[in-house]
Amino acid sequence: MTVMNRKRKKQIVNDFQTKMDYDELLNCMRCGFCLPSCPTYIETDGNEAASPRGRIALMKAVVDGKMEPDKDFEDQLSLCLGCRACEPACPSGVKYGHLLEEARDILESKKKHSPPVKLLRRVVFDQLFPHQNRMRKLSGLMWFYQKSGIQKVARATNMTKIAGKNMSTMEKVLPPIPSPARLKNRPSFVKAEGAVKKKVAFFSGCLMDTMFMQTNDATLYLLKKANCEVVIPQTQNCCGALHAHSGEKDTAKELAKKNIEAFEDGEFDYIISNAGGCGALLVEYDHLLKDESEWKERAQAFSNKVRDITEILYEVGLPDMELNSQIVTYQDSCHLRNVMRTAAAPRKLLQLIKGVSYMEMKDADQCCGSAGTYNIIEQEMSMQILDHKMRNVESTKAATIVTANPGCLLQMKLGIEREGKKDNMRAVHIVDLLAEAVRKKEEEKQTV
Amino acid sequence: MLKKKVKKKLEKIVGSENFLDSQQDLIVYSYDATPDYQAIPDAVIKPKDTQDVSEIVKVCNEYKVPIVPRGSATNLCAGTTPLEGGLVMVFNHMKDILEIDEENLTVTVQPGLITLDMIKAVEEKGLFYPPDPSSMKISTIAGNINECSGGLRGLKYGVTRDYVIGLEFVMPNGDVVKTGGKLAKDVAGYDLTRLMVGSEGTLGIITEATLKLIPIPETKKTMLALYDSLEAAGNTVSKIISNRIIPATLEFLDQPTIQVVEDFAKIGLPTEAGAILLIEQDGPAEVVERDIERMAEICNETGALSVQVAATPEEGESLTSARRSALSALARLKPTTILEDATVPRSKIAEMVREIETIAERNNVRICTFGHAGDGNLHPTCMTDARDKEEMHRVETAFEEIFAKAIELGGTITGEHGVGVMKSPYLSWKVGEAGVDAMYGIKQAFDPNNIMNPGKIFAKDTRKRVVVQQ
Repeated sequence: MTVMNRKRKKQIVNDFQTKMDYDELLNCMRCGFCLPSCPTYIETDGNEAASPRGRIALMKAVVDGKMEPDKDFEDQLSLCLGCRACEPACPSGVKYGHLLEEARDILESKKKHSPPVKLLRRVVFDQLFPHQNRMRKLSGLMWFYQKSGIQKVARATNMTKIAGKNMSTMEKVLPPIPSPARLKNRPSFVKAEGAVKKKVAFFSGCLMDTMFMQTNDATLYLLKKANCEVVIPQTQNCCGALHAHSGEKDTAKELAKKNIEAFEDGEFDYIISNAGGCGALLVEYDHLLKDESEWKERAQAFSNKVRDITEILYEVGLPDMELNSQIVTYQDSCHLRNVMRTAAAPRKLLQLIKGVSYMEMKDADQCCGSAGTYNIIEQEMSMQILDHKMRNVESTKAATIVTANPGCLLQMKLGIEREGKKDNMRAVHIVDLLAEAVRKKEEEKQTV
Repeated sequence: MLKKKVKKKLEKIVGSENFLDSQQDLIVYSYDATPDYQAIPDAVIKPKDTQDVSEIVKVCNEYKVPIVPRGSATNLCAGTTPLEGGLVMVFNHMKDILEIDEENLTVTVQPGLITLDMIKAVEEKGLFYPPDPSSMKISTIAGNINECSGGLRGLKYGVTRDYVIGLEFVMPNGDVVKTGGKLAKDVAGYDLTRLMVGSEGTLGIITEATLKLIPIPETKKTMLALYDSLEAAGNTVSKIISNRIIPATLEFLDQPTIQVVEDFAKIGLPTEAGAILLIEQDGPAEVVERDIERMAEICNETGALSVQVAATPEEGESLTSARRSALSALARLKPTTILEDATVPRSKIAEMVREIETIAERNNVRICTFGHAGDGNLHPTCMTDARDKEEMHRVETAFEEIFAKAIELGGTITGEHGVGVMKSPYLSWKVGEAGVDAMYGIKQAFDPNNIMNPGKIFAKDTRKRVVVQQ
């Protein structure tokens, strides 16, 4: 964090006054119904400043000129996970996520980062994520790292630990990266197995289509099995969520526009996402582009079509599924639950699998602490949240933790790794588990 | 600003980590849930135990520093807004259940315990704590005691005061007083327990409470009746009570309230209905069955458009929890939501509802009404915009007229939210000058230096309403 000089403070106040939605700030009537839903309020043992009501009051105080934006203020907004669990809890319907995003965007645009951080941000936000070919190349390098033996050497010589404890554990939980040849060769169309029930378009995502390609393949497999015809527009790119949540709104808008264009042609009922974090931004493209008149309607049309994969699979129906007898629990993806409002479908799908006994974990709707880049930036709070989460996982006695978003998946894997439970517990993306269950049943039928 | 010496002394008592005075901390402890009231305190303090509280109070009394005890700041009468600065005392470190006594059927708790956490804990043991204010998910027990909170079950089971049987509190001079106990009967001197309940933090600081519990009712049924107007629903309420049936819950909501609640809760409320009555009965199965049947008949006789009984307890629960969101859900409609809780004898409910509608029309303001119909406790809620001074003036006039009418009908200016600052100009309307004087005498005897939550209950000017102190 940088120390704020007077000029920067003045600029921030000015931007808060012109850019923050004051009606939305007033919409919070301070009833406090959000408090029990807020992970940082809970983890700080009830610190009002670390609650949604408190953060809104702080933003309003800056607009009202009652408070100078200082380092505490900036830190407090940074400590927010952005999980948006306060939104479904808010009877007044305050769009906290939008307020937070705007506030972070203002703070970010007025911020002077140290040169290395600045460089890293430019590389990641401008040079990498927006360009799918570069994402593929990076994944290729990581594949080389994993396959060539460098990984083994790096681990053996403790090289990975130099990067910090979290990064080194993170490095261990990354999925096996597909080879460059496979990364390049992605489908653009998948035929339904039987008579077409629904025509859909698939939003493949940047990370999902590289590092988590296996999950994308499983998604397409399930859609095919559910008799959906799938188009995968080739000109799509990163959804922009990482940018929007990190105060890089302009880039997020550019990415949104490209995606809207990519999905504008073609006959389909839905745009399917398999990552809660991406889906939540996709359904809010209309909000992201609300000030651009020529895009507003197009964004609205796009957003209206976006659905999570579990909603569609539950609606259309999957073939019979079976797995070896096991206890399974589900960790909500915050943005899937709180923004897309998808919570029942994944649970219902899991309960359809023969052999699975589903155990709901306590506070499954509470953030796991992953929250985009949060587990790197706010490591301490993230790990505190994760450790509490793992206690709740343990009491379900589950062997399999199911998630619906890549960030949550890695975080749960990190949790398993930290607890030393790697041998009797696993974390999987829901579509991977469903695909496994469909395949198993199918193989069984064939052998009979 | 606190004197350096005072700050040092306070920090010595609680440790510097429990004494907060950064800009950020002062802002977030400057408000409660009352619209348009905000005042910056000098510091925030978090005591660890009764001893801490006593020592803090002694310092404050010596240096005449105001203290505002604060639970979760869900207060609706600006009672926890530190209008005169000073210390905001928060009880994050004092929130344990000390004992659930299954022989005497009592629970002893610390002040900062969340109401619902306590309710859940006693229910696990088959016991029941009935007061259930809408904010119970986040409100604290001591907050409930200080305001004498009511709730949805007040009609049959009474309010917070009916369950507080023992207290420990710190006097404004630092003395620790213990009242009552695990006793059904106790007439040893003045009833200080009852005096403290509803005292709005103006007499002392509650540091421990013993609450009475009852066995949990065996069954519960929930029913929803639809009407074309609120007044028609009001008629049903009077008829149910005069038929000698006391349901556990008897709540009503008018059409705009139904719509916003449905927007939030999405449970399929009939948004086309002019009003609904939410009725609940609990107790032995056969009694519940009989009462629900009889009440359904009364609903139909008094003009209900339809009556539906919830199929499952979960369905019933979703209806009552949706009702609890009514006030906050109304905040969707306009930037400022001002809620009052004028209360009338329950036989007058239909008349009061009619009068509220007339008053709203006359003053050209938008008022939605919901509330605890069964105990005559109405929540007329005005949707407005604090930035519109002219409209705010009309809102003020409308509420004055509502208070006047309530009193005329034998009612009161506040049923369960407290006087605080919001209703202090009207207190004498209800209790008379002599009543205010008697109360003020008590205040002075307890707190001669006026350090405990100053500016609350007693207004500087009667009648002229204090609004907007931003």
